[in-house]
Formats: sequence, structure tokens, C-alpha cells
Amino acid sequence: MQLSQRLHSPNVTAMTLVLEQLLNGLQFGVMLFLLAAGLTLIFGIMGVINLAHGSLYMVGAYAAAFAAAQTGSFLLALLAGLAAAAFIGMVMELVVLRRLYARDHLDQVLATFALILIFNQSVTILFGRQPLFVAIPPALNGSVQLLPGLTYPVYRLAIIAIGLLVALGLYLLINRTRVGMLVRAGATHREMVRALGVDIRLLYTAVFGLGALLAGLAGLMAGPILAVQVGMGEQILIMTFVVVVIGGVGSIRGAFFGALIVGLVDTSLRAFAPGLLRHVMTGSEADALGAGLASMGIYLLMAIVLLVRPKGLFPAHV
Amino acid sequence: MSENALIRTDTAAPGLSRIIALIVLAAALIALPFVVQALGQPALVPLATRVLIYAIAAASLNLALGFGGMVSFGHAAFFGIGGYAVGILYRTFADDALFLGFIPGTDQLLVTLPAAILAAGLFACIIGALSLRTAGVQFIMITLAFAQMLFFLFVSLKAYGGDDGMTIRRRNALFDLNTRDDVTFYFICLVIAALVFLVLWRIVGSRFGMVLAGIRQNERRMAAIGIAPYRYKLAAFVISGMGAGLAGALMANYLRFVSPDMLHWTKSGELMIMVILGGVGTLLGPLLGAAALVILETVLTGWTEHWQLVLGPILLLVVLFTQGGLNGLLTRLGLGRSAP
Repeated sequence: MQLSQRLHSPNVTAMTLVLEQLLNGLQFGVMLFLLAAGLTLIFGIMGVINLAHGSLYMVGAYAAAFAAAQTGSFLLALLAGLAAAAFIGMVMELVVLRRLYARDHLDQVLATFALILIFNQSVTILFGRQPLFVAIPPALNGSVQLLPGLTYPVYRLAIIAIGLLVALGLYLLINRTRVGMLVRAGATHREMVRALGVDIRLLYTAVFGLGALLAGLAGLMAGPILAVQVGMGEQILIMTFVVVVIGGVGSIRGAFFGALIVGLVDTSLRAFAPGLLRHVMTGSEADALGAGLASMGIYLLMAIVLLVRPKGLFPAHV
Repeated sequence: MSENALIRTDTAAPGLSRIIALIVLAAALIALPFVVQALGQPALVPLATRVLIYAIAAASLNLALGFGGMVSFGHAAFFGIGGYAVGILYRTFADDALFLGFIPGTDQLLVTLPAAILAAGLFACIIGALSLRTAGVQFIMITLAFAQMLFFLFVSLKAYGGDDGMTIRRRNALFDLNTRDDVTFYFICLVIAALVFLVLWRIVGSRFGMVLAGIRQNERRMAAIGIAPYRYKLAAFVISGMGAGLAGALMANYLRFVSPDMLHWTKSGELMIMVILGGVGTLLGPLLGAAALVILETVLTGWTEHWQLVLGPILLLVVLFTQGGLNGLLTRLGLGRSAP
């Protein structure tokens, strides 16, 4: 999609171009939300910085790609990706993270950094360094015309729909069920929940498993639109942290709005910054600086948000 | 950082056994180039140089992280700025141009090092002044955010190599010394490292160091007895950034190359690992940690392509089962007095 070329084709008006980028931003936003929801719950409830959350995303993507290549069934690939991510996540919690809850952030950062090394190397040994490419499931292949002049891939629309459904499901789970009540209580006052006789260890493992499941879902959905490769987790992890911090640590609602803001800002800067800069400088320099500015954009946003509201937009603990 | 993060700080006057251990360490470091050359392993001299440079960076980070309790996940920014200061000054010198229109370039180490320290300090002052308005997880993330911004800034600066970085054709000159020679450059780094550790030791033992330790343990209490924590934390953060900048300048000279990789967030992670591996809040811990990580990496790379699969579990075991890193381990093995 060369933006400059498309601008000159008569059917594409500036309006549809903006709409298309908005949809891209929305799609990226809901992917970020799936990761950020798990991360913010783990942050908020257990107080753990889990750098290896991106590895669970990678595990989901690889398991689904592998299952799809072996069986050719999208449904089996979906199940394999979800199961692998949730299983690995719970094992990770039981074996390593459980020992880190009482430690300070430094130990958590180092231990989960070590986990990243282990996951990345294991995947390299199992699947090699070459990126895997995953086909879009046939049922979701193709594009639909949303407006005259605006066609959009069905698969990306499906991602947006699934992401929004998961957000709704999480909202209901957190606000309407007993488990959700415990999660909210745990995020507000961990010791009190424990003092009231709730088996907090079971709750921790369950929350971790849920977070891992969502990360795996994001990973397996990303498979067909991005290359499945080692290191894919770290790229998106840093952006997920930005989302969590902008939204407010521990807040699902914050994660949702933070993810949409970051998704939209990042996508539109990437799409429009080089073009705007071209009005004031030469092509190649504008592209380089535009790409740089677009990459800096969300970090700048995060710095501004934190300076104005140090606890994020929707702080969970007041 | 939370209040339960009690970190042992050794600020007591050095005992006799400690002084002996330090003299042994100094003698070993001075003798090292000659010993390895006698053993027919001259390639170990550059390796030792790299350990010293990373030790300077890790020790500086430790001032903020271990002694000040400020978990900065963005120190690679200062490391990289130090490196780019050397690179840009050299490029300006080679082109016989003016940087920003008024700064002439230079290839003199006695000018580039202070310039790198100054530039890193300036950035540390700006980043620190803004970041220190937050604490805890938010502080970790905002320092990371600023470092990422600078990383992408240097990636997009095509004039200075962009993504590919830029080579520095010659190492900076110092008097009439041949800095190209590995042993000479090792001794330059050794002298600078010794000075840095001396300065850090004086800082930690000073009134300023005491106040800093007090703030780390309980900020509210320090505020209650009439000390403004913000200023002390910012000062420590700036000094820490300057040290990292100095290390970056040396690294640019060592590699004769600077690239945005020096500012990447994994570099911040590596520096943190060195500090934690060696022992948070101890003076010589970062040296141990830097040596352990650099040597481990070199040995494992020669051994297997999948060296990270060995390094990962080792790091994990260090975190889970040795409280206080290598320094703590040595202490518990009964060598404690000898490892300050």
C-alpha cells in the first residue's frame, strides 16, 4: 500500500484514506488491548512486572502456525494456540513467578528477562530463525466494501470484532461474577482478600492463565498479518507497557482506552507523518524523519500523560 | 521502590582485609595485560577492556538504582549519548565543519570525554527532572519511554548514519600515546575506571550518600526531618547518567563505531543485569557483574550457538536463589570481608 501512489488514484478520496487508517488503528488497538489486559491484571493484582508476557504472545503464534501447517484446520490452530499459551503461562507462574511476588521490581525484571532469553532460544531451536508465514483462513479471506471506494480486509474486521467481544466479556467477568469480584478485591487490597480466607494462590494462577490465554489469542491472530518470528514478543511488549502505564496500572478500562489511543496514534503517525514532512523537506529525509517521529510518538504521549497524571488516565488504586 | 526493598549498604570505613583485597585486585588488573600476553592470549586484553567499560556504566547505574532506589530502565540513553558525542565530534572534526553551527569538532580524548559527560548529564537532568515526578512502576516505564524516544531519534538521523550507525576511523588521541594499541587503551580505561570507582566511593560515604540512602529507605521520613528528597534524587540521577555517558564515550572509542544499538532498551536491561548479578547497592558488585556477564557471554558464544539458553537459566538461578548477587554469594561463602 504505497500511500503516495494511492493518493493520486481518482477513486480514493482523502476521507476514505483517513477512515482506512482509523480502522487499521482500531485493529492494532484491540490487539494491544488483548495483551495489555493480561499484563495490567498481573501488574495490579500480583504486583509483578512480567517482561515475558510477550513470550506468551509468541508461543500462541508459533503453536497456532505449527498446528495450522500440520492439520490445515484453522479451528485446531486456534485451539492449539490458546491451549499452549495458557498452559505455558500457568507453568511459568507455578515454577518461577510465584517465587517473585514478595521480591522487589528489580528481581522481577531480571528473572523475566531471563525467561525471555530461554523462550526465544527454545523457539529458535524448535522452529529455526526463518519467519513462518500463516495463511488467512479461507472463510475470512477477501475484502468487503464498507463505503463506496473503501474496501477493507475481512480478516482485520474479524480481529476488531473479536477484540471488542473479548473486551465486553472481560467487562462482564470482572464486574458481574464472583471471580471478577475477587479480582477487583485483589487489585485493591491484596492482604485483605487473603485475610478473608480466599485461596489467593489459586486466584493468582487463574488470573495468570487468563492473561496468558489473551496474549496467546493476540499472537495467533497476529500470525497471518505479521511474520511469526523470534523477537516478535519484545516488539509488542514495550508498546503494551506503554498502554498499561497510560491507562493506569491494574485497570482493565484503562487498558482498553489506552490501547485504542496508542493504536490510533501510532498508526496515523506512521501513515501521515512522512507525507506531511514531505511538504517541508526532500523525500528520503522526510521518510526517515517521519518514521522516527512516528516511532517516538507513543513514547512522547506516555511521557506527557505521566507528567500530567502520574498514575495514568484511569488509576485502579486511588 | 517499595520500602521492603532493604539493600545492604557498606559505607563503613574499609577494614584491613578489605584494603588488602583491593590492593590484590588492583595489582591483578595492572598485571593482566602482561600475564595474558605471556600466556599467548593477547585477545583477552580487549575483553578485559570491555569489562572495565561496562563496569563503569554499571557502577554509575548502581548509584541511581542501588544507592538511590531509582530503578531506571533507560540508562542506555546516556550510554548512547556519550557514544554519539564522541562520534559526532569526530565526524565534525573529520569534515572540518561546525556542529550545530558553532561547536568545532575534535579528536582529543581530553575534550571528547568531558563533552560526553556534559551531554549525558544535560540529558539526565532533563529526563530525571521530569521522570522523578513519578515513582515505582511508572518511573521504570517513563525512563524507558525517554530512552526509546532517543533511540528512535538517532535511528532517524540520517546525517549521523541512522540505523546503520557511523564508524569512527581512529580512536581519539591522548597526548602522544598510541591509543590504537590494545594494551595502551586498556590502561587508559583502567585509570578512568579507578577514578570513577574512587569518586563513587567518596559519594556513597559522604553526607550526600547518607541522605540518598535515607531517602531510599524511607522518603517520607527524610522529608519530615527537613530534607527535600527531589533535589538529592535528581543530583544522584544526573551523576549516574554522567557516568554512563563516560562509559559510552569509551565504548565508542573501543569499537570505533557508534549505532542506535547503544541506546536500545535491551542495553538498559543488560546494564541492570550486571548490577543485579554483581549485587545491588554494593561498590564493587557492578565490576563483578560486568565481568561475569561479559566473560560468560564470550565463553558461551564460543561454546554453542544457543548460548542464551544457558545464560537464561543461570540468570534465573541467580535471582531466585542468591540474595544479593555474586557479591552476596561471596559473602556467604566466607569471603565477605574480602569483597567490599
